[in-house]
Amino acid sequence: MLKRAMHEKTLTELSDALAAKQISARELTEHYLGRIEQLDADLNAFVTVTAEQALAQANAADERRAGGTATALTGIPIAHKDIFCTTGIKTSCGSRMLDNFVSPYNASIVAKLEDAGVVMLGKTNMDEFAMGSSNETSFYGPVRNPWDLERVPGGSSGGSAAAVAAGLCGGATGTDTGGSIRQPAALTGLTGLKPTYGRASRYGMIAFASSLDQAGTLTRSAADAALLMQTMAGFDANDSTSLADPVPDYVTEIESPWEKLRIGVPENFFDDGLDAENAAAVRASLDVFEKLGATIKSVQLEHVHLSVPVYYVVAPAEASSNLSRYDGVRFGHRAEGADDLIEFYMRTRAEGFGAEVKRRILTGTYVLSAGYYDAYYLQAQKARQLIAEDFKRAFADVDLIAGPTTPTPAFPIGQKVGDPIEMYLNDIYTIGANLAGLPAMSIPCGFVSGLPVGLQLIAPHLAEGRLLKAAHHFQLHTDWHRQVPEAYA
Amino acid sequence: MSLTPEDVKKLCALARLEIGPDEIRDLSAKLSDIMRLVGELQAQDTQGVDPMAHPLERPQRLRPDAVTETNARDLYQANAPLVEQGLYLVPKVIE
Repeated sequence: MLKRAMHEKTLTELSDALAAKQISARELTEHYLGRIEQLDADLNAFVTVTAEQALAQANAADERRAGGTATALTGIPIAHKDIFCTTGIKTSCGSRMLDNFVSPYNASIVAKLEDAGVVMLGKTNMDEFAMGSSNETSFYGPVRNPWDLERVPGGSSGGSAAAVAAGLCGGATGTDTGGSIRQPAALTGLTGLKPTYGRASRYGMIAFASSLDQAGTLTRSAADAALLMQTMAGFDANDSTSLADPVPDYVTEIESPWEKLRIGVPENFFDDGLDAENAAAVRASLDVFEKLGATIKSVQLEHVHLSVPVYYVVAPAEASSNLSRYDGVRFGHRAEGADDLIEFYMRTRAEGFGAEVKRRILTGTYVLSAGYYDAYYLQAQKARQLIAEDFKRAFADVDLIAGPTTPTPAFPIGQKVGDPIEMYLNDIYTIGANLAGLPAMSIPCGFVSGLPVGLQLIAPHLAEGRLLKAAHHFQLHTDWHRQVPEAYA
Repeated sequence: MSLTPEDVKKLCALARLEIGPDEIRDLSAKLSDIMRLVGELQAQDTQGVDPMAHPLERPQRLRPDAVTETNARDLYQANAPLVEQGLYLVPKVIE
């Protein structure tokens, strides 16, 4: 194997190195903290760096390793998207509204990873309340893409993506409501996994659109995604939509021998909006699967063109409801000097929320307002059903669906932020999986003008094992996922 | 579908969002663009289609009707901007 710098190693490699005592958790943590201090000023990937706690966790991890009670993740340094509540640590969700919020409790996935001995380096920047596809809506300023600092890293998990791609942490958590893990993963050359709706707990994950939100991972490889998801997945009594289905052994399953796979390609994903070179990279990766013995066939997703309009009814409707809790009374930002309660609410919310969040709240308020509910929300939930049925029909004939993750590689900062519609269309290929609750991944599949692009794989409900295995075998035969931006090598 | 500045003012009142007079024109234009994008849905025939209730077609889980949480008022109120004797303070509600 090639000799790689510590920060270029996968979590799987780091886990092996920790187990073999080639390195301590303390050394590893110090190395990443040093890189964050040295490099994050340009990237702006972190909202909060938790150096002191990280070193304490690293020391505890080393003791646990010495005591023989370590898990594969003990001593592994990762970062959490700042949407996940972390006890005693600021949890901002990228918003002025929560700039002063210190969470009194841990999100369930944070607690699970902590119990496994993971070291948290800090909290990553994100689009405000996860609403965005470029990380430009954050109260803390845009995150920059390590492949080209003038370009966006994607969003909303843009800080997590930039941090992993630049080697500021070994892996990171993210959330995906309409593509917020897969799209930034594609734009930064990473592996992004959004599991089945309900597979990983939403408890303590600040709500955006509750019927779509799902926690997942941004990592350097599919094997790393399997390793993290092994711990993150599973039933949680605190999440009313958590799935009780047992969690399979992903880590073992992905290493099992390749089986013949039928991969469906929705030809309407290869539309005019898709960059030609991006399309070519995706097609070439399908050839790799074919050489591995997969059968590639075309599938029809007749209603998938309705994904974006459905999403921009359902997600803002749920957001307008979820974000009504920010009233300046119990926590978060509070406006000064209001004379009565209504003015107090209105000014608190006007000051606390940014422009994109306000647009979504107002869109949601509109579609849910008296007289419009049937025409918009109900109609959208019916169309959503049609989209889900298309996927179900397609999965009767194929094991996985494959296509592009994004229409283009990373775009320049400032290019789309003034035009919501253009921004929304970045998620045109990813939204369908959220609407249908399906697990999906983005894996690196090539470069366009020196910028990474992603292949999206979508699987039936709860088939994360199959999804991760296909991605892992692809990565055993390609090295797109091992490319790192030169400035961060 | 297009939203007038009056529509937007009404929505802002419903959503409890103060909007400055200089923001209304841009907001009306952008919300109108969003509603035009969403308007594509109106053309879709959904006769006889049940609205999605759950992506995995599963029912909502019920839990036993038992007390599971303990009082942690002080902990939660540590995040409150203004409290007195365990109560949240807000501007005057009744004239």
